[in-house]
Amino acid sequence: MPSVEKLEEGLFQLVKVTSVKLPDDVLEAMKKAYEIEESELARSQLKALIKNAELAVKEKLPLCQDTGTPAFFLELGEDFPIRNLRPILERVIRKATQEIPLRPNTVDPFTGKNSGDNVGRFVPILHYEIVPGDELVVKFMPKGGGSANTSKLYMITPGLGIRGVKEVVLRTVFEAGAKPCPPIIVGVGIGGAEDFAMVLAKKALFRRLDERNPDEEIAKLEEELLSALNSLGIGPMGVGGKVTVLGVSVEWAYRHPASLPVGVCTMCWASRRGIAKFRSDGSYEIIMP
Amino acid sequence: MPSLGVMDLTKLSCLEVMDMAEYRLETPISEEDARKLRVGDIVYISGIIVTARDAAHRRVLELLNKGEKPPIDLKDLAIYHCGPVVKKVGEEWQAFGGGPTTSARMEIFEGEFIEKTGIRAVIGKGGMGDKTAEAMKRFGAFYATFPGGASVLAIKAVKRVKDVFWLDLGMPEAMWVLEVENFGPLLVAIDSCGDNLHKRISQQASERLNEVLKRI
Repeated sequence: MPSVEKLEEGLFQLVKVTSVKLPDDVLEAMKKAYEIEESELARSQLKALIKNAELAVKEKLPLCQDTGTPAFFLELGEDFPIRNLRPILERVIRKATQEIPLRPNTVDPFTGKNSGDNVGRFVPILHYEIVPGDELVVKFMPKGGGSANTSKLYMITPGLGIRGVKEVVLRTVFEAGAKPCPPIIVGVGIGGAEDFAMVLAKKALFRRLDERNPDEEIAKLEEELLSALNSLGIGPMGVGGKVTVLGVSVEWAYRHPASLPVGVCTMCWASRRGIAKFRSDGSYEIIMP
Repeated sequence: MPSLGVMDLTKLSCLEVMDMAEYRLETPISEEDARKLRVGDIVYISGIIVTARDAAHRRVLELLNKGEKPPIDLKDLAIYHCGPVVKKVGEEWQAFGGGPTTSARMEIFEGEFIEKTGIRAVIGKGGMGDKTAEAMKRFGAFYATFPGGASVLAIKAVKRVKDVFWLDLGMPEAMWVLEVENFGPLLVAIDSCGDNLHKRISQQASERLNEVLKRI
């Protein structure tokens, strides 16, 4: 059985590595974008961002000063021996805030008062799923406010079909413009309901940029959206250019016949995501997706 | 030079086509220096920059509108849309991160803020709107961007966290007084002629959106 200490150690490592290191596939995509861009202005932005990502790893400092709202997606095995993870995750977030350090980003919505330690009512945000087996998989996504603010939920008229879906994805990225720190990554959740479409859209951002949806038609939709979005010309940091979006990931669920929910989750280039797997014997590994 | 003369000269120079240039400015920044910058120019700033986000903008304006003064005179200084990561190491505050935040949130305050504080430079990311551009034209100020998320790169220019005001607003929203050396490269995105880089790109994207919507 894993000790609580061991679990906390692993979770702290997960939070730390995720906050500091830009995933390899994203760094690769940024370097490719640098090759693709022709304007000196766009290239200068990408050059600074790539250099920043490398410096963060070298100096073990947060990749971005907006260290995000801590959110965990937990896949809890039925036979994993520890059930109550909230107090453990709160301790881990408090320690990470102090030691890495992270910026305290958790404020009371009415008074604006900052809790000072990234812990507050329902924060860290936890999504639980009970799955078969005896392992615990923890997915961590500290998402910044800039790209959170440009995310959107649309409840479109089902008669508009997939064309309607494409249109709202395009409108979201157009309206976002330079605000979410492009080049961005776009997660799209189609179907479900008004809450679940957004969860799907956010979870889609855990997918690597070089992985397409296993469904061939949806994979094609992802490719089509990527190319359409990049024709907008917003470019790195909105200075104009060919690369506005690094990748599009679509997830889906069945829907009500009267509703076609579309969640569009915009993610900044500093796309921090990490996954850790804990086994019931107490061992763990950090998997950077 | 009398201010009317400056205005006349400015009107003329706004029509001139100039090559992009690189400037090194020190705070306090003069109106003349602020007015010579054009969209596309690169600037490095040395001296004092003061962080101000949503809550600090609101509080500064509330004070000034009541006839009171903010804790630091912002005239001719640069404000920075930034909520840094800071930690006390011994007796001193140290910055561990300090890239810019999304400037658009401050659009509701910035025109009045420029008018009433006399700041010359606004540093941020993601662009600002017409009200800010109009105030920059009237009062002689500019908006420049640092690449968003370039947190570690930004603090390389911070020599010292000189002071902090309004910590009751929380770390991100407090006003941090930073002593910087060659902070940049900053890209001029709104100039005192009212030219606005992000607005231009957005208008172009709007046309392209309409085209692409026809073929999907």
